[in-house]
Amino acid sequence: MAIFQINNIEVIGIAASVPKATVYTSDYDYITEQERKLFVSGTGIKERRVAHENMCTSDMCFSAAQQLLKDTNINSEDIDILIFVSQSPDYFLPATSILLQDRLGLKKSTIAFDVNLGCSGYVYGLAIIANLLNMVGSNALLLCGDKSTYSTTPTDKSTYPLFGDAGTATLLSKNTKAKPLYFNLQTDGSGWESIIIRGGGTRNRYKEGILDKKIIEPGIERNLCNLELDGVEVFNFSLREVKPNVMELLDFSNIELENIDFVVMHQANRLMNESVRKKLKVDKEKVPYSIEKFGNTSSASIPLTMVTELHETLKNKSNQLLLSGFGVGFSWGSVILTTNNIIVSELLEIE
Amino acid sequence: MINVDKFTELLEEEFEDVQKGTLKPTTNYREIPDFSSMHALIIIAFVDNEFDVLLQGKDLKEAQTFDDLYTIVKNKLA
Repeated sequence: MAIFQINNIEVIGIAASVPKATVYTSDYDYITEQERKLFVSGTGIKERRVAHENMCTSDMCFSAAQQLLKDTNINSEDIDILIFVSQSPDYFLPATSILLQDRLGLKKSTIAFDVNLGCSGYVYGLAIIANLLNMVGSNALLLCGDKSTYSTTPTDKSTYPLFGDAGTATLLSKNTKAKPLYFNLQTDGSGWESIIIRGGGTRNRYKEGILDKKIIEPGIERNLCNLELDGVEVFNFSLREVKPNVMELLDFSNIELENIDFVVMHQANRLMNESVRKKLKVDKEKVPYSIEKFGNTSSASIPLTMVTELHETLKNKSNQLLLSGFGVGFSWGSVILTTNNIIVSELLEIE
Repeated sequence: MINVDKFTELLEEEFEDVQKGTLKPTTNYREIPDFSSMHALIIIAFVDNEFDVLLQGKDLKEAQTFDDLYTIVKNKLA
């Protein structure tokens, strides 16, 4: 079991950046009004932010990172590690983290690399960067986000109204007095087809015809480079796996669920998250949502929710948080971490 | 376990877009007007919440009516 503890690392600050352009579910006339109503009451998604053609995930993460460095008074030369967690890189190669190292003015001794994960990416990213930071350096930047809308199409009602774009930055530092971080990370690759972009990689390489749309079923027409989502399988996976993962972690850490101040889940869809919340028997007040305003923002959804929904308490108090990310892969994981009056930048809206 | 009529009635209450009293155990659940994957998710969430039973994708594919869904849940509980 990948259950472990990391000492001496604390979260210093967090920032999030979203495109200014807002798209409303009520305007999505590819489906009927009745379908729109059911979609909103089920998923909770009323609006989401959509990046224009020239805005990449890296642009949103750059803006968040720049603001966070400013707000935390950390100089760019004091950053030793930069990890970019995303499934929408600027290029196949080089890694986007390397472009961001230069763009942010970080020193040449910076360790920079990408991690290709989605819904679970923030939790995995925290685990990787905290472990690495324990070995080398003093400060590290974890950049998580996705421009998921680059791969969705309005003619696929199963994906198009779900996803929004966002980029985030989290600054971590070494501190021997920091409370431990507890992780439980898991993987089940048998679910690889449940959320997938089939085309454009080396398995189904880009070639003529790959962008030709096919009717899959009524309301779902897409090409091989569009995102595919099997909602039933993902829903099932989440109901099956998230609770045991969290319970194992609580058991390992000797922390009672009632002593957790907030459970921040990946913002997948409200019905799914509410089902998980009820299974965990956590009060509604302890489970914040940002999905109404931003949709499913992939690996950005947990830090984005922290910035938009928990900023006051994160800034002014010590909080014991349980974060849980689950989805594409399947890949999932949870972390228990304690924040202590951290810097939370105002939500950035970029054009 | 509750009977199939109650099962259908409770499930109907979960569908905000369905007029009350229109669904019967013999109704093909896919014939709900504007049936979408959201209805399937609502069914899974309801069954999980009420009976602690996890319906698989294949269960939903095999079932035609609410009666079929009820039987699957009942068998999983047995």
